[in-house]
Amino acid sequence: MAISRRAFLKGGAVAAGAVALNNTPAEASADAPETRIKGVKSSTTICPYCAVGCGLLVHTKNGKVINIEGDPNHPINEGALCSKGSSLFQVANNERRLQKVMYRAPGSDKFVEKSWDWALDRISQRMKETRDKSFKISELNKKDNKEYVVNRTEGMAFFGGAGLDNEECYLWTKFSRAMGIGQLEHQARL
Amino acid sequence: MTNHWVDLKNSDCIFIIGCNPAENHPISFKWIEKAMENGGKVIVADPRYTRSASKSDIYAQLRPGTDIAFLGGMINYALQHDLIHKEYVRDYTNAAFIVNAKYDFKDGLFCAFDDQEKSYDLKAWAYELDGAGNPKTDPSMKDPRCVYQLLKKHYSRYDIDMVCDITGTPKDAYLKAVQAYCATGRADKAGTILYAMGITQSTHGTQNVRAVAMLQMLLGNIGIAGGGVNALRGESNVQGSTDYGLLFHLLPGYLKSPEFDNVDLKAYNEKWTPKTKDSKSANWWGNTPKYITSLLKAWYGDNATKENDFCYSYLPKRMGSYAYGKIMEKMGKGGLDGLVCMGMNPAMGGPDSGAARDALGKLKWLVTVDLWETETSIFWKRPGVNPKDIQTEVFMLPAASSVEKEGSISNSGRWAQWRYRAVEPVGDSKSDLWIIDQFYKRVSALYKKDKGTFPEPITKLSWNYGNGEEPDVHLVAKEINGYFVKDTTIKDKDKVLEFKAGDQVPMFKYLADDGSTVAGCWIYTGSYTKDGNQMARRDASDPTGLGMFPKWSWCWPVNRRIIYNRASVQKDGTPFNPKRPVIAWNALEKKWVGDVPDGPWPPMADAKEGKYPFIMLPEGHARLYALDLKDGPFPEHYEPMESPVKNQLSTRQNNPAVAVPKNVSSDLAKYPYIGTTYRMTEHWQAGAMTRSLPWLAELVPDMFVEISETLAKEKGIKKGDKVRVVTVRGTIEAVALVTARLKPLHVEGKLVEQVGMPWHFGYAGMVTGDSANVLTPTVGCANTAIPEFKAFLCNIEKGGRKG
Repeated sequence: MAISRRAFLKGGAVAAGAVALNNTPAEASADAPETRIKGVKSSTTICPYCAVGCGLLVHTKNGKVINIEGDPNHPINEGALCSKGSSLFQVANNERRLQKVMYRAPGSDKFVEKSWDWALDRISQRMKETRDKSFKISELNKKDNKEYVVNRTEGMAFFGGAGLDNEECYLWTKFSRAMGIGQLEHQARL
Repeated sequence: MTNHWVDLKNSDCIFIIGCNPAENHPISFKWIEKAMENGGKVIVADPRYTRSASKSDIYAQLRPGTDIAFLGGMINYALQHDLIHKEYVRDYTNAAFIVNAKYDFKDGLFCAFDDQEKSYDLKAWAYELDGAGNPKTDPSMKDPRCVYQLLKKHYSRYDIDMVCDITGTPKDAYLKAVQAYCATGRADKAGTILYAMGITQSTHGTQNVRAVAMLQMLLGNIGIAGGGVNALRGESNVQGSTDYGLLFHLLPGYLKSPEFDNVDLKAYNEKWTPKTKDSKSANWWGNTPKYITSLLKAWYGDNATKENDFCYSYLPKRMGSYAYGKIMEKMGKGGLDGLVCMGMNPAMGGPDSGAARDALGKLKWLVTVDLWETETSIFWKRPGVNPKDIQTEVFMLPAASSVEKEGSISNSGRWAQWRYRAVEPVGDSKSDLWIIDQFYKRVSALYKKDKGTFPEPITKLSWNYGNGEEPDVHLVAKEINGYFVKDTTIKDKDKVLEFKAGDQVPMFKYLADDGSTVAGCWIYTGSYTKDGNQMARRDASDPTGLGMFPKWSWCWPVNRRIIYNRASVQKDGTPFNPKRPVIAWNALEKKWVGDVPDGPWPPMADAKEGKYPFIMLPEGHARLYALDLKDGPFPEHYEPMESPVKNQLSTRQNNPAVAVPKNVSSDLAKYPYIGTTYRMTEHWQAGAMTRSLPWLAELVPDMFVEISETLAKEKGIKKGDKVRVVTVRGTIEAVALVTARLKPLHVEGKLVEQVGMPWHFGYAGMVTGDSANVLTPTVGCANTAIPEFKAFLCNIEKGGRKG
């Protein structure tokens, strides 16, 4: 929902964001917030921590996040945030964030930087090798002593998903099962 | 949650057990406080005097792992004092159903137990059927074999003295809690129960949840505003990731993943489509063939035809369990070559972390996708190991954060809310959507080029999400919602609906089992329709005043804000509580008003079309007596696998359906104290998302353990001292926090001390510390295998790791 400053000032829902940003009503202010919000865009998001689903406003300028705060129009949190939600700004701006693809060779004591292309090609080869080597077409059921077709990849497991978006979870499930993965698990089992 | 966050304000009594919302879901307390302002009472049952407890009207301390005793005592009190919502119990639950004559329960064991296999024969617990094949019932509930009478008998053993001796709860506090909560059995009162991992992380976790649900059924608290069975989920999209079936036994939309003997689609449908002969039962899972076929069409597109069983044979078939703990065990034995972790940290999140970290070293290759270095991605250089000894190849891929990508997440109240990309991902980081797309495209290209084993499930996969640099997330969302693959005419009562090929399916009742519809996750059908992306809606209007916000985002299923809402009305459709009507039947216009009802039919009393309210069960009635759980039809108290006391209710010390694992010890000479783990506001889960944020790291910079003043005195430990905590699995070092919030418990005439600790710390990130899960046992729930993190035995000594 990236919007221009004009829409930002006009929009009923996001005008309150301007209030929060400037502490003065955006439209009525004599102290025009022109200089402070020039070039600022606002969009909405939902907190990535717990599952209450609080709304936040993300203010950006020149492609950088310059402020994140509670969305006053969100019906659950009504602008309020806890200490984690209030710190989302430091997820967006954090020197410890991974910026590069890193690779650690067997037995090595360090990571080395690699390109996406290099890493993805090698990973897809590993996935294919492992699948081809460990694919189980049929399996014996000890209870009735019969073989059943199972079409399952035995040699690898896929984990994770509670931090992914729904659409990402969906593609992850779809890809996993197409790869024959039975060993698909995530945080909901813990 | 059957209900949702804002709905907490509608409650007359909020019972918090096995969660700590003031600490871990802080903003939820806004709505709990709103209920308090309206005169609502708050009860907290917890081993510790938590932040939630400090706000409560009634605090009842209980020993970790004794929830069934605590809740069973409440069930008994409600039955003995006739505080139940009788009409609701008789008409909407299986209380009046007759159980077959073989059913028996003796000394902690239900009938038909196989001691070798550690399993029950579930068939022995079936209902007794009449000549037509329907369960027999006795609406007077006097038959000695009806569920109501069996329930009453089972819980008669849970009297207050017995319960408090097991749980360690002071009797006056327990009685106050029980009386306050059972007062919500009145038709015009609403009680809600909130729980989280304190309930689920147990060898009898599923039965803990059932005890919660049963109490709510007895008090008529499910389906109503301010009521419900409300699991407070811990991660922003763990609801969604579960909805999308990222578990070994599931496919999207809670469809079961196929088992080995579901040899074709017909066999799958026969196994997983429940049947009923009762025309008043909606039996919604009777639609299973429509949902699995629409899923297969979403996955295999035009390649999926009726002739080839819609490519059903491409799905992997399971034999046995691949639950998380089983996979880690196999990894530890060298049984896995590869592991891919999408934002998951197995070096931290599971039990017995020491063993988990060793297991990672048995892999040939490991891929981690995360925002940060995690304990998993740097396991090969963790303290105490030599990287040269570890031959695992590690790919650490940088992922975009939530404000750097677009898509939806589903909160605990089932609201799917849309997020927008505010900025480009930092550095070379990429969205998970892009990364998964690349995995697929590259693997698929290799199979097209080099062939390999059974390539069809990959090469024939339908994967059409645009030609952009990354998949078009809207195309993914549209496929999840589903669309018609050919022009379709549907007659729905008096309406004739025309759809063109490619039109979005408006509701899942229009999905078909003939291959004419696509839907990637049927419960999300309705989320992205011809009216656009419903998850992005931001209309905060509240027409009922109950805070349902029907036009804010979108909620599964069918935008229904309170599920099982047909149980909120009398049989004729009149709300039990006219002051807070969730739905009501307008007999003149013959339609429901309020929330989206649980199915379109008229009220249950309508002789021709009326339906029972619990539409997801074939008998249409909520189960006070369960038919399909591995460890019994009624929850029964057993001790945690490691416990300082004997089970007083029977000679069965632990859940009989859970095998005693290696690496547990109840040797009280070595491990005399109860250890328990938990979370806190300032950190989150394994800590990757918080321990590298300066603001949060400054608030809580160190791993600590909490002990009582009495234990501190006994051990000569002062606040701030370094201590070590030891279990049979391992040892950790931490800072001691001596606090009056933690008190010893009086159990079976002796004093039992607790050692509490957060599990957020590890060796990666800006602030580091020892991990609580080094201490926890690899044993889990009989039904779900969720580990018993909440109750184990440990020792504590003054001094650091080496003493």
